Amino acid sequence: MTTPADDTIAGQHLVIKGLHVAVEGQEILKGVDLTIGRGEVHALMGPNGSGKSTLGYAIMGHPSYEVTAGSIELVQADGSRLDVLAMEPDERARAGIFLAFQRPMSIPGVRVADFLRHAVTNVRNPDRKEGQELMPMREFRDELKKKMAELSMDPEFARRYVNDGFSGGEMKRAEILQLAMLRPKFAILDETDSGLDADAVRLASQSIAQIGSGGSPGGAEMGILIITHHEQLLEHNIPLRTHVMLGGRIVESGGPELAAELHKKGYERIRAAYPEAAAAEKAMEESRAEVTSA
Amino acid sequence: MTVATAAPATAFDRDALETLIVADSLPPWVADKRRAAYEACASLGLPDRRSEHWMRTDLRLFKPKAWGLRPRPAVVSPPVGLLAEAIAAGTTANETSADLPGQPTHPVAETSLGGRLVSLDGHVIREELDPGLARLGVVFGAAERVLAEHGPAIEPHWFSVIDARADWFATLHAAFHRASAILYVPAGVKVREPLSVLAAIGPGGVDTSHVLVVLGEGAEATLLTETAGGGDAAGPVGGFHCGGTEIVVGRGAFLRMVNLQNWNTGVWHFARQKAVVHQNGRLQWTLGALGSRLSQVAQDVALAGRNADAQVNGVMFTEGRQHLVYNTLQHHEAPSCKSDLLYKGALQDRSRLVWRGMIKVDKAAQKTDGYQRNDNLMLSAEARADSIPGLEIEADDVRCTHGATSGRVDAEQLFYAQARGLSADEAARLVVAGFFQQVFDRITIVPVREALARAIGSRIRRVS
Repeated sequence: MTTPADDTIAGQHLVIKGLHVAVEGQEILKGVDLTIGRGEVHALMGPNGSGKSTLGYAIMGHPSYEVTAGSIELVQADGSRLDVLAMEPDERARAGIFLAFQRPMSIPGVRVADFLRHAVTNVRNPDRKEGQELMPMREFRDELKKKMAELSMDPEFARRYVNDGFSGGEMKRAEILQLAMLRPKFAILDETDSGLDADAVRLASQSIAQIGSGGSPGGAEMGILIITHHEQLLEHNIPLRTHVMLGGRIVESGGPELAAELHKKGYERIRAAYPEAAAAEKAMEESRAEVTSA
Repeated sequence: MTVATAAPATAFDRDALETLIVADSLPPWVADKRRAAYEACASLGLPDRRSEHWMRTDLRLFKPKAWGLRPRPAVVSPPVGLLAEAIAAGTTANETSADLPGQPTHPVAETSLGGRLVSLDGHVIREELDPGLARLGVVFGAAERVLAEHGPAIEPHWFSVIDARADWFATLHAAFHRASAILYVPAGVKVREPLSVLAAIGPGGVDTSHVLVVLGEGAEATLLTETAGGGDAAGPVGGFHCGGTEIVVGRGAFLRMVNLQNWNTGVWHFARQKAVVHQNGRLQWTLGALGSRLSQVAQDVALAGRNADAQVNGVMFTEGRQHLVYNTLQHHEAPSCKSDLLYKGALQDRSRLVWRGMIKVDKAAQKTDGYQRNDNLMLSAEARADSIPGLEIEADDVRCTHGATSGRVDAEQLFYAQARGLSADEAARLVVAGFFQQVFDRITIVPVREALARAIGSRIRRVS
């Protein structure tokens, strides 16, 4: 595994090529190409049901999301490539990939701190086997306290059970806390702003920017793919590239001005410009409606 | 542990009984009770599956004639037991989850034992009691010795709590009990260190031990009992346990009692256990069950005096083709008492867990607060759990409720944990540990709940 010495950021990429993904036999992603460099911020936008979350799950390795074609690779600083699709989800996490869930799962009876201590230990020691020592409690506790203070979180939060009885906003803040503790190389943030009020979104936006920069102003530690319907999360995370997904494909990419346009005007121009993708979107919607009514 | 192969066994017959009575050389009333129980046993057959308590227990493969008392084995290295080991090992406070932001650290008090009794195949092989406790009048150790030395004090309680005539197993136990344990704590004496009783068997061994606990007025104690063994390096060989536990919690007394059933998965386990809690007395009673091929356990609590309080905790983990059956009774005999039962079970493979619980409230027991709950977590599609709660209420001013849940480990939970870097196995163990946390939070003996958590964690395989 990588050590800090050869862990230069330049040259590290998450590379997705021709990705097709099916769920329960139905194709959702129909050939996605996307390259994110470490230190870059990308925004992924698109109407509901266009396949944005599916891309996040596929990158993380959800067992229900079957990759039928294409590749996902991690390009290392030395140019070597890791085949992400060959890895279990936990191996992907240990390789530095993080997904902030749109709907995080609750794990009753497991405290946030205990859960995070396992996660942090594994991600920082990718070759750790189960049963081997966890990160020393004192060291972990001090770091957790510090991160929670930075995120203006009540220390009591660490004692609660993972996402159990959390409000929508608390879940999202817990996801950001995990992001801060795990310091991944590449993070996919799936609607991390939903369920938050305006102040909380502003705080989340600042926090993500700070984590992404590795704590130093102007720094660039993390490659981030932000899936969002709102503008505020991008306020402190100006995207280098904005990608628009429609009907399971990325149909258009641009700069930050594209995100601003879509926020103001919606997706009518996109649908008109890419009739084939718009038709695919409509077909997917209809088959979903059938499944729901059945 | 290593033991020599057991010599051929005797049967549970009249000759064996008379030989046992001679070997005991105990007061005549003890022998009389044995003989009366034997006569009852000889007139009974195995329990009928048509009876409500036994209808979910399959005894067809149990052969009563295959078992009998075992001769004293040659002990090479004495068994230790999971609970006693946990106490001796202690816990490092800075490695527990108590030491987290927002939580004051708890001092861990249970780091040494006040006494211990160890038996193997029905023979006492180790007996110790802190001399300081003995000076305070605490009586603890092998029943054969205690009955000889303190007969008159023990006689009113010995086989007075459980129904020794309830069925064939109860009568067999009352006739052939051996290597039994007695704890007697005089009024006002508070014992800080836990006391430990381990009844072990070798491969194919037999244990008929009895446990009697009597706490005088205002006394306090913690007793950890464990049954273990019955296999060797080659795997489960089998064995037979026919036991009984009697508990008397005096006025204003407080007992923390733990029974861990940790047999190998070849052992037949039959146990009848009952506690009587008197006025203002408190009982925290924890049952852990990990082993045996088949278990049939009756666990009764009688709240016999005003303001008595009983908390019953169950932690069960089953795997393979294990089949464990529990019949519990919370009997409110006096007014203003509280009973709170929580059984939690996790089931792996094709195992089966049955809980049939009853809260019975007598006419006199107004202001009763009774609760019973059973939650089961299925780790495989082939496992089966039955929860059968019941209420029988004769008083009119009571609050009695019950609940039962059965669920499966959620694949989405596992994926979430894996996405954070936990391996599939680690994720499953964490989810199961979380499931048990609610009952662990109630067990105030920290090393015990940690030992149970470790034992369960080590048994979980990949969730299917």
